[in-house]
Amino acid sequence: MKQITLSIESISKEFNRRIIFENISFSLSQKDSLAITGRNGSGKSTLAKILCGLLTPTKGKISLSMNEKEIPAADIHRHIGLVSPYITMYDEFSGMENLLVFAHIRNLGSAADGDPERLLRQFGIYERRNDEVRTYSSGMKQRLKYAAAMLHHPEILILDEPTANLDEEGAATVHKLMRVQTGVGILIIATNDAKDLKFAVHNIDLNKVNSVA
Amino acid sequence: MHSSTRGGRSPLAHYDSIFKTYYHQNLECGPAKLYLEDALKSLFVPAYYIFLKDSRSELRTRYALNALFMFVVTALSIILFSLGSEAVSSDVLSGILWVVIFFSSMSGLSRTFVSEEERGTVATLQLLTRPTPVYVGKLIFNFFLTLSLNVVISLLYLLLINNFVIQSPAIFWTTIVLGSAAIASASTIIAAIIAKANTKGTLYPVLSFPIMLPLLMTVMNATRLATEGAFFAEALGEFQILISYTVVITTASIVLFEYVWKD
Repeated sequence: MKQITLSIESISKEFNRRIIFENISFSLSQKDSLAITGRNGSGKSTLAKILCGLLTPTKGKISLSMNEKEIPAADIHRHIGLVSPYITMYDEFSGMENLLVFAHIRNLGSAADGDPERLLRQFGIYERRNDEVRTYSSGMKQRLKYAAAMLHHPEILILDEPTANLDEEGAATVHKLMRVQTGVGILIIATNDAKDLKFAVHNIDLNKVNSVA
Repeated sequence: MHSSTRGGRSPLAHYDSIFKTYYHQNLECGPAKLYLEDALKSLFVPAYYIFLKDSRSELRTRYALNALFMFVVTALSIILFSLGSEAVSSDVLSGILWVVIFFSSMSGLSRTFVSEEERGTVATLQLLTRPTPVYVGKLIFNFFLTLSLNVVISLLYLLLINNFVIQSPAIFWTTIVLGSAAIASASTIIAAIIAKANTKGTLYPVLSFPIMLPLLMTVMNATRLATEGAFFAEALGEFQILISYTVVITTASIVLFEYVWKD
């Protein structure tokens, strides 16, 4: 079984000399879950972006290791699935086309066979799979983001505002996914929603910038 | 107990040699070959699908195609009206052709990165693959876009401008192909840089001009040779410059792109 560990050592982030957060350290391994909380503008999304390699920290180090072997920074994207408001799908393609394009670019080959259909069914947008994404509602786009994030079976799932734009049924599907993820990999959620926070064992409150062991 | 032999060797020795051959092929030479295959696959498979994605996206949205088409039609019409019945030398006409090609490229080639930035799909793409396949995929897309654009401009130019006669078609069309590759290599990395800027429209030609100046001078020279009916061998120097330019710019761009692509 793959044993994955995500280690964060004293990371800080500044934008134009304005400190967003500093000295955040924690380590997460298989079956760990972490909630990042804090008021608007506290840096929840910035920290989520840093964790998945979209932003580089001003100071500090992030390392990801699989079975105690460090994964190069350039390959982190293979192990992370991200659902976030700043992730956008290609509007001119259908939901199915988006997933197929992503599977091909990820070079998943036959590993992805059948997965796009299964994921579209799981997130309840299979009926609209051939419609262009520009015709989707914001909730449907959020569901498609989940399907895209789970396409490569990521060991680490990072969810920024996980249930934003979702109806009750959609939120229930996401909560089920979060429960499954805490049993097989690492789950990180950036939210202030009490219903989502139930799924995280550890917590970082960016207002206080606590660190967890 | 007697055991049968094959060619004077025991079965054990026979299987031992098979094992050694297998070991040599698959475990000693194998991993190096597999590593190279994996490296090429992880570069070219995503790059190919990024190229396909961009091509399909362009055919549906016509972000770049419309801008390019409008620019070419407008520029050629103005040249046609301003020249009238004037007898202009082939030197000047070669220059004008590449001025049209340069500014047409400037009006459309940046779209490949700018559209990703404007639609907010950059983060999506960053999470899908490494930076190099993104650059290579965009470069291939820009090459085919530039090549088709240059072929169309050249054909229209040859049809509409009376004094522009090509004596050496081989030199002319080789210049068009190599020039397209050189323009695509330079414009792709500049597009990636300016996509992050606020003043994208004005910055693109301003940044591109000094970088493309040696390229423009070379293609103008080669086109002049084509109009004068020179032998193919006489243009080899120009072609060598174009190939070297493309190789140098592409190599430097691949190194630079990683820093441009991430925040």
